[in-house]
Amino acid sequence: MSGDALLLTEPFDPAEALRRFTVDLPQAGGIVSFLGQVREGGGVEALELSHYAPLTLPAMQELAGRVRERWSLDGLLVIHRSGVMVPGEPIVLVAAAARHRRDAFAAADYAMDHLKSESWFWKREKVAGEWRWIEPRTQDIEDLARWA
Amino acid sequence: MALTLVFLGRLEDLAGAGSREVALVPSLAAVIAGLEPELAEALRGPRIRYAVNGTLVQGEAPLADGDEIAFLPPVSGG
Repeated sequence: MSGDALLLTEPFDPAEALRRFTVDLPQAGGIVSFLGQVREGGGVEALELSHYAPLTLPAMQELAGRVRERWSLDGLLVIHRSGVMVPGEPIVLVAAAARHRRDAFAAADYAMDHLKSESWFWKREKVAGEWRWIEPRTQDIEDLARWA
Repeated sequence: MALTLVFLGRLEDLAGAGSREVALVPSLAAVIAGLEPELAEALRGPRIRYAVNGTLVQGEAPLADGDEIAFLPPVSGG
């Protein structure tokens, strides 16, 4: 079983992270990855994610453990940024490697839905020089019901 | 004899800082009661969760010198 849950406070290169993840997994027939990046538009100049160290990474590791129990995977990678990011910058990378693609798709989807709605991150965005907090989206909570 | 309070997300703006020290009191309710009224009201909100020394607690928890209490509003990650 290869992979990890990482909480980063500096920019990362998702292509390089995926390459390093994949090179160790020749037995996996399929690798599904999801990259979330700061969306451009609406005058957004920057996005800041804050976290609470005693909870955030332990919960990401616990989620990764749940994903590994639920699907038969060869590897799972979860990388999440904290700190200030600009449009186009990567926020989150999830990759799931499995013998067959169905498990990989489902595991990556599940991991993202739970990262969005349950992980200990708080988000604010800067528009016209002013920071404002972003409230949780109802859709993110509803997405969880898919896995009940 | 002190407690450290940590305010996450928008609670940081209400508190004016991400953390502060307060004198030790025996309960979460007493901690909150000792804060400014507007902040106290926000911290009593139904969607605010609490952690003591990194462990989530339900409702009330005994407090001791040096404890860190985090106030956690709904998350908005990813």
